[in-house]
Amino acid sequence: MAVAGATAVVFAAIGSSSASAVSTSASATKKPTKQCSTSLKVLRPHYTNPVPKLAGASDSLSGAGSTFVNPIMSIWSSTFAKQGTKVAYQSIGSGGGIAQIQAQTVDFGATDIALSDTEAAAAKGGPILHVPMVLGAVVAVYNVKGLANGLRLDGETLGKIYAGQITKWNDPAIKAQNSQFALPDQSIAVAHRSDGSGTSAIFTDYLTKTSPSWTAKLGGEATSRGKTVAWPVGIGGKGNEGVAAVVSQTEGAIGYVELQYAIAQKLTYAFVKNSTGAYIEPCVATVRAAVDKGVFPADLRTTVTNEPGPLAYPITGTVYALIYQNQTDEGKAKAIVNYFSWMLTIGQNFPASINYAPMGSLLQQKALLQLGKIQFGGKPVVKFTIPKAKKK
Amino acid sequence: MAQLASDIAGGSLAGRHRKNRLMSWLLTALMAGVVAILVWVLAYVALKGYSALNWTFLTDTPPGNPSDPGGGFANGIVGSLIIVGIATVIAVPVGIGAAIYLSEYGGDRFAGLVRFLTDVTLGIPTIVVGAFVYAVWVLNFGFSGYAGGLAMAVVMVPLIVRASEEMLRLVPNDLREASLAMGVTRARTTLSVVLPAATSGLITGVMLAVARAMGETAPLLLTTLGNDLYMESDPNHRMSTLSLQIFGSATAGFPDALARAWAGALTLVAMVLILYVAARLIGRRNTAKA
Amino acid sequence: MSASGQAAAPPPVTVGAEARALSRQRPRLGDLTFRALVSGSGALIVAIFLAIGIFILDEAWPAISHYGIGSFLSGSRWAPSEAALNLEGKNPYGILQFVYGTVLTSAIALLLAVPIAVGLALYITEIAPSLIRRPLAYVIDILASVPSVVYGFWGIFALIPAVKPVANDLSDWLHSIPVVGPIFAGPFFGPSYFVAALVLAIMVLPIVTAICREVFAVAPLAEKEAALALGATRWEMIKLAILKRSRVGIFGAAILGLGRAFGETIAVTMVIGNSVLGITTSIFGQGATMPSVIANEFTEATEPFHLDSLFVVALCLLVVSLIVNTAGKLIISRVGTRIA
Repeated sequence: MAVAGATAVVFAAIGSSSASAVSTSASATKKPTKQCSTSLKVLRPHYTNPVPKLAGASDSLSGAGSTFVNPIMSIWSSTFAKQGTKVAYQSIGSGGGIAQIQAQTVDFGATDIALSDTEAAAAKGGPILHVPMVLGAVVAVYNVKGLANGLRLDGETLGKIYAGQITKWNDPAIKAQNSQFALPDQSIAVAHRSDGSGTSAIFTDYLTKTSPSWTAKLGGEATSRGKTVAWPVGIGGKGNEGVAAVVSQTEGAIGYVELQYAIAQKLTYAFVKNSTGAYIEPCVATVRAAVDKGVFPADLRTTVTNEPGPLAYPITGTVYALIYQNQTDEGKAKAIVNYFSWMLTIGQNFPASINYAPMGSLLQQKALLQLGKIQFGGKPVVKFTIPKAKKK
Repeated sequence: MAQLASDIAGGSLAGRHRKNRLMSWLLTALMAGVVAILVWVLAYVALKGYSALNWTFLTDTPPGNPSDPGGGFANGIVGSLIIVGIATVIAVPVGIGAAIYLSEYGGDRFAGLVRFLTDVTLGIPTIVVGAFVYAVWVLNFGFSGYAGGLAMAVVMVPLIVRASEEMLRLVPNDLREASLAMGVTRARTTLSVVLPAATSGLITGVMLAVARAMGETAPLLLTTLGNDLYMESDPNHRMSTLSLQIFGSATAGFPDALARAWAGALTLVAMVLILYVAARLIGRRNTAKA
Repeated sequence: MSASGQAAAPPPVTVGAEARALSRQRPRLGDLTFRALVSGSGALIVAIFLAIGIFILDEAWPAISHYGIGSFLSGSRWAPSEAALNLEGKNPYGILQFVYGTVLTSAIALLLAVPIAVGLALYITEIAPSLIRRPLAYVIDILASVPSVVYGFWGIFALIPAVKPVANDLSDWLHSIPVVGPIFAGPFFGPSYFVAALVLAIMVLPIVTAICREVFAVAPLAEKEAALALGATRWEMIKLAILKRSRVGIFGAAILGLGRAFGETIAVTMVIGNSVLGITTSIFGQGATMPSVIANEFTEATEPFHLDSLFVVALCLLVVSLIVNTAGKLIISRVGTRIA
């Protein structure tokens, strides 16, 4: 209802070119909430593609990994198929994406969390490039009768829920932040990922940064964050899909999924406290506000949780494509360049329509430059220069 | 016998008959209860599936965005047919060959070993078969329709051996003796006398194995991985199957994906049941003949 | 009588000596080739089995040799994330909880399914009008032909909502009783060992019923008739002439049912809750089984020894399936039938 309406707002906003400030919010209000208003430029950046389309590209690519990115990846891949290359993408979890690219069983992997050094070293095919594709929010979803969007939660409360130390919805810690809601005396069914998940990595990274209870329960910072952790409580769901399904089918459940999964399943979600102490609604604007503050090193491997900024949503992530720098099949290498150069430019116009955030031009250019490093037979597959950015 | 008589003698006649009636009634109720569960499963799938099933479902691929409505599992249906087809092509000659060996040639210890290992292989969890094919094939050649077909073949072979051996043994010995007595070789006797006599039974066995493979999901997760969006008819590539698409969409929870999954479940159950019933009908003809 | 004629390891179909002598006179190339081909098919089965064993062991070996097999079977902590941090330390891949989950779900499933299967088999062989006996047997077999993924799907959407009130009541009544209480501790959220066991019970019902039918069929007709002649009611005849001498056979059927239950993957994965937290005593809790953890983690194992450890799980499944199925076979063949 309201959710669908709000999504429609986004589509409408994209369709019109006159609007200057529009809402990307999917919350209960039809008016753009203050936190979520943003400019059309952010929603639909219209990047131009400086990379020439290569002839002789393979007609199929095999990719697997992140479930976080699956909805937008499906849209990209079905749109791109018209250009002659079918990109088969299987949503098996970021851990799966990493495992399969390491084993060279797929042409590219996708993950919401960068490779660790040991993981990079275990890759059979040599150095792996990280290519950021899109930004998204991990939201805390819940299924409690009478609770609408906007339950306010801070990191410590979420951490205690996931540590099994808060077990009822009417716990004083939740009550204290939510005088606007009548909280029921109901057990909390904690849902988490059963598979190796970048979404888990982003979520636990945030918990580790903000919840001492969580970190202590998991035995310290080394073991309290990652694609798989030793969850103290909960029901495991496979993929973002699985967690969303568990939450929607289980009364009293809480889980964490990518924003689009919450909206598509009509799940209610929390506003989470950020580093400045504000409770932030997850949406395209607040995700961008967070990631634009992120500092990306040369190889682009980093996390972007709990970033500074009054409007920064604190549980955000970058989804990376994992691509071997040294390709062994020329046709595949060309197809990879064609697909990703398209995705990183024209393709960036699609994410906001389903509640992902397109990358800002700074990060987008860094991502594009990664494609120039792809080699076949010791030579770069493509050479290009990025034209100087026009003034915003 | 005396023991039996004394066991029977206890209790009043009326009481014993009451107990008899009670137990008969109880067993009847049990049967009815189990049939009711079967009806519950099938009717639930049929009702949920029917409302989502349409022509597009059978002819179209899923929509790009999994939360969108419409589209179908055509690629999964094609994938299932191709993968099970590959498995059948591999498993039928091996399975029937081994069954011929067991029933026509094997009386030695090696035959005993083959028979024992057939039974043991039949009992291996299919997910382990998937792990095996991953180690043998996927690690070397990647996920593909062939890998899935190979896994399904390993699942099907022992099923076919077991069913076929039984059917070959049903062929009356007189037929073999008559043929051999005329100087026909053992090989020709088997091919032109024994096999034709057992044909419908062999077909039944193969069809039941095919039905079983159609419904398998677990080994495919580790071997063909899936290919949700596209129609793929080249088994060198990753393929989707009906079972994988049902599994993926059923656990996804998007309402429209669930609708597709129910339609898929109905399609799969229908395919399997048609195979099952057809196999039984053909099998009945065989037993009538024998 | 007739069934017991088919011994456990039947000889090949023998033909008369004269006929054999006749055919032996002219050994032909075609004949030899054919024989080689079918023997080769038989050998291929041996090869497949050996290959499965060897490849799984080979993939599992790095983890086994690094941590030692004992640590897998004794540890209940499954924490792949801890493997990279401390490669020389304790094995973070204890598989005890999956063994537990497998045993628990299979045991509950058999506890429910075996008595029902015995009842069904008795009904079909002794009570049902002879016209509907065969159709009834087919109907039960149809339960076995419904694909696993469909059972899982049905389990989530039809079975869990139906079970929920019952499970909640059970939990309310029983959870405070000492000793047995923890077994029924709530809350019941849906996906659980219990629901997985229910689905498994339905799935193993057909095979256990089929074997029981065969077991009952070999009860000597003479004794059945004698019992009836001595004035036994039908139930008394069933009890004395059939059930009493079928105990071993029923046990064998249960073992073969177990062989089917513990390897079941997809349906269980869909309804068990996929939690790898360790051993949960409540049957309403969430967990994982050996097959379900493979299905969940196999394609995404990135931590050191993670994939190898999943192959250890597969190896254990393989060994257990070998033991269980062999034991079941031996028991059943003692009863004198060749089934399953």
